[in-house]
Amino acid sequence: MGDPIIVVTNLIKQFGRFAALRGVSASFDAGRLYAVLGDNGAGKTTLLRALAGLTLPTRGTVSVLGNPKLREVCRELGYMAHPSLLYDEMSGMENLRYFAKLYGIEDEARCADAIRAVALDPELSRPVGQYSQGMRQRMSLARALLNDPSILLLDEPFSNVDIRSAREMVALLAKMRNAGKTIFVVTHQALLLDGVADEFVWMEAGVIVARTAHFEPVEAR
Amino acid sequence: MSTVPPGVTRATLIKDLRLEWRSKDAINSMLFFALLVVVVFSFSFDPDAEESRQIAGGLVWVAFLFASVVALNQTWARELRNAVMDAYRVSPAPANSLFLAKAVGNFIFVCILEALMTPLFIIFYKLRALGPAWQLIPVALLGTWALVVNGTFFAAMSLRTRSREIMLPLLLFPISIPAILAMVNATTVILLGGEGPDTSAKFWIVLLGAYDVVFTTGCLLLFETVLNAE
Amino acid sequence: MKRIFPILAIVTAALLSYGLYAAMVIAPRELTMGDVQRIFYYHVPSAWTAFLLFFLNFVASIQYLVRPKPFADRLAKWVAVFIGVACCIGAFVFPLPEGVEPGSVATTGIAITAIYFVIRKFFSEQGTDALAVTTAEVGVVFCTVVLVTGPLWARPVWGIWWTWDVRLTSTLVLWLIYVSYLMLRRFSSSGQTPVLAAALAVFGLLDVPLVYFSIWIFRTQHPQPVIGGGGSIDPIMLRVLLINWLAFLCFAFLVCWSRYRLEMMKREVEEAQAMEGLLEPGGVR
Repeated sequence: MGDPIIVVTNLIKQFGRFAALRGVSASFDAGRLYAVLGDNGAGKTTLLRALAGLTLPTRGTVSVLGNPKLREVCRELGYMAHPSLLYDEMSGMENLRYFAKLYGIEDEARCADAIRAVALDPELSRPVGQYSQGMRQRMSLARALLNDPSILLLDEPFSNVDIRSAREMVALLAKMRNAGKTIFVVTHQALLLDGVADEFVWMEAGVIVARTAHFEPVEAR
Repeated sequence: MSTVPPGVTRATLIKDLRLEWRSKDAINSMLFFALLVVVVFSFSFDPDAEESRQIAGGLVWVAFLFASVVALNQTWARELRNAVMDAYRVSPAPANSLFLAKAVGNFIFVCILEALMTPLFIIFYKLRALGPAWQLIPVALLGTWALVVNGTFFAAMSLRTRSREIMLPLLLFPISIPAILAMVNATTVILLGGEGPDTSAKFWIVLLGAYDVVFTTGCLLLFETVLNAE
Repeated sequence: MKRIFPILAIVTAALLSYGLYAAMVIAPRELTMGDVQRIFYYHVPSAWTAFLLFFLNFVASIQYLVRPKPFADRLAKWVAVFIGVACCIGAFVFPLPEGVEPGSVATTGIAITAIYFVIRKFFSEQGTDALAVTTAEVGVVFCTVVLVTGPLWARPVWGIWWTWDVRLTSTLVLWLIYVSYLMLRRFSSSGQTPVLAAALAVFGLLDVPLVYFSIWIFRTQHPQPVIGGGGSIDPIMLRVLLINWLAFLCFAFLVCWSRYRLEMMKREVEEAQAMEGLLEPGGVR
């Protein structure tokens, strides 16, 4: 532990005149849980999407596991966002069975395991569209865990989730971090990760302004 | 290097068919639209049997064309909801598998539509093929694929535009003109029968085949670029 | 470069004026159609100019698509060379359709290869895209001229406004494809508009031979009057035609050049604004 698993060099992302990322340079070590914080428009989502390979940088590079071609290392990535990335009309197990095929996973037991890992019932036949928000976020996390990725990229996983589910998710994330996974969590609810996250990454106006080991609210800095 | 997962196309196709079967969203609206089209056409063009045979080729394919546009506009609707497209793009599954699965799915839907509309046309227009009727099958299959393969591709292109629903026919119709010409003429020739090499539908069927090969290749080569456009 | 523009403008104006004079006065009166036939001197050069512009758009679009990918780029270069060589050899080895000279086939082949490499050398990636937009817009204008002059010619001569002859119909389809291309560019909001438009242009030009062929077959089954005439042409008429074509080419070049410069300036402004947004936080969205 301690080798940089992700290296970002002068990452710039512009949408027309708007610069979402204005030159982000950082390296992130393996086996740590990073909380990415900042106001709306700070560039947190864009950074995560760039790490996932969903957004092509305007300039600069992203290198994951030493490889700048993100398509080649996509098996090691798990991505979750505020939309559920699930089909509303299918049950949780059906959803995961399909996404497993996208990774070439034939073993159904892994789908069931992923669902159980997020404290949901694999036998539940209710379509995902009828889940509560907390259940849906957890199922979305299960989908992100399906391919047993070494890097998890989670964008606002706790938003609109009841406090109990959120705490359970945080405990799960801590467990996975202890098992060696590298986890990035973009969130507005930094307090949930206080004492759990290894590092807090503060972003403002498209750059990283601070990286702290503890959660210190803006006023204190 | 990530290896390509096998069976993605099949899995995606089966998933789409299952989802459509469950919600029956697209199928219901398309079926009703198809029926409406046939009825409106029958009111507008009310010829006797001989005249109708002359124009039926064109009428039928225009009706199929409009019905396909309704189906094609739905192609990516489910993937856009809940940003499922992101989950696909993040996975190692190749973009072309997604394209093929969607195209084949659309092909099946449109063929079902055609199978339902054709008897209605036959009844309303008292149609009877004077030429070799079996030739209508390759015409229908190749013609439908021509519309569907480009339609699926342009539907993906339209996702990044304003006025998404109108963009699809705007892009699809001009490019499809040779295919439409071939379909209509082949159908007319078969319905009218007649002797002589001049009135053979074979030229048109070969043209449709060439069109299908050219554009399926083009779509497969360019789809990944279109999918990853932001 | 800037100084050449006014000179070229004057030359073009002179050529156009001379061309008009030549078309109206020097060219002989056509036997069967009379003076109406003189539209020919506007109809045909517009068509050739439009096709040239659309071809340039095709080349620019292909280059825009293949340039980021080294393998595809090399493949495209070899294809361009192959076309030139094949036309040169094939023109003299294979039997050609009636009325087609080996020299013109060989020249066309070489021209295609030359155009490909000239564009590759002199246009940057952004420039290639700007070239694509320019040629599409100006091409649509010339194509519109063709589609308007065609019926204007047909009506007095044959009594019909429109005919589904091969060339007019193919031109109509080409016009439709490029108008849809321009609409795509206008309606597309993404940063990848150039890529989408380039893909559409490639599809469009793959379509054209199929269109031509399909209507050609259609026409042999349903013969139609041919606008534009066929067969041999009077030498004086040919000269007037070529003068007008030269004038149109110069005019097209001027317009394209202005449009291209405008487009590049627009992009420079956008890039400067983007730079501003980069340096100062809270850039305007």
